[in-house]
Amino acid sequence: MAKRSAPEVNAGSMADIAFLLLIFFLVTTTMEKDSGISRKLPPIDDTEQEDVVIKQKNIFTVLINNKDQLLVEDELMTLRDLRAAAVVFLDNGGDGSCNYCKGTKDQRSSDNPDKAIISLKNARETSYAQYISVQNELVGAYNVLRNRRALELGPQRGFRDMNFIEMQNHYKDVKWSGDKEKLAEVIEQIKVEYPQKLSEVQEQ
Amino acid sequence: MAKFAKKKGGELPAVNTASLPDIVFMLLFFFMVATVMRENTLKIENNLPSADQIEKLEKKDLVMYIYAGKPSANYKQMGTEARIQLNDNFAEVNEIAAFINAERATKREELVPFLTTSLKVDKNANMGLVGDIKQELRKVNALKINYAAIQGDVSKNKKN
Repeated sequence: MAKRSAPEVNAGSMADIAFLLLIFFLVTTTMEKDSGISRKLPPIDDTEQEDVVIKQKNIFTVLINNKDQLLVEDELMTLRDLRAAAVVFLDNGGDGSCNYCKGTKDQRSSDNPDKAIISLKNARETSYAQYISVQNELVGAYNVLRNRRALELGPQRGFRDMNFIEMQNHYKDVKWSGDKEKLAEVIEQIKVEYPQKLSEVQEQ
Repeated sequence: MAKFAKKKGGELPAVNTASLPDIVFMLLFFFMVATVMRENTLKIENNLPSADQIEKLEKKDLVMYIYAGKPSANYKQMGTEARIQLNDNFAEVNEIAAFINAERATKREELVPFLTTSLKVDKNANMGLVGDIKQELRKVNALKINYAAIQGDVSKNKKN
């Protein structure tokens, strides 16, 4: 009579409690990873700089006006044609020093990818969507060339069937089993061969 | 024969729910692990533009967020022009410098150079505002930026 076993706790509401927590986490969850176009802003330099003379033919000007229209090298252009036009400009190789370029070597266009600069200018009324579209196309142009170069260069260094984007992804991937040091070298070489020279004009 | 007949007459047994908590707990743990808490309550419209050359931002703890866009329906009194939102409040352009410095102060010193600013700007905003933000960021030397965009074709960015 004195000893009585403790009554069992009713676990029937356990599911309810768990559901409550589950719904809380469901509501507060944001699954998406942040992604976007990465850029680096130029630092503000107070020191006097001597003017660097850049030949007009080495600059590819892209202008977006307040009606979101594109003016590329003083000609009206649609967004769809921009990437191809940028590729042609970057890959021109006018002075012949670029042995991996496959461009037309037009004397009126850029000397080599290292000298070629894309200059982007926008108006204050330009929509952000159009600006991002243009940025995207220009980054896309560089990626087209880098991917092509990666497919040429990769097999020689033992990285078959891998474009530049995949190389970068593999380099970041901790689970990837390959020679990362060698891969870093290849990535670095491609970046030097097709440097991203995208300058944005500041309106005053 | 009677043995079998008896069973037929019984009611359908209730489904055993004893393992229900286990299942729910499993789901719960999954969401607990996968959850990143929303840091800010958005007071602005924030439809990000689409792009197909995007990179993923690693290390979420080293990202500072600056939002911009038109005030959402509940904050109509703030006007219809695109505004900046820092943390949970509307802000002016000149408050960005203080915001960046405050964010930097919460991070370990050696990590400060790796801080990236993610610009989450509504696609209907205009570049004037974005240009101002960029200029402010240059002033405080926060040069690594990322224009937040979602994966998709740029043709979705057409004005509607």
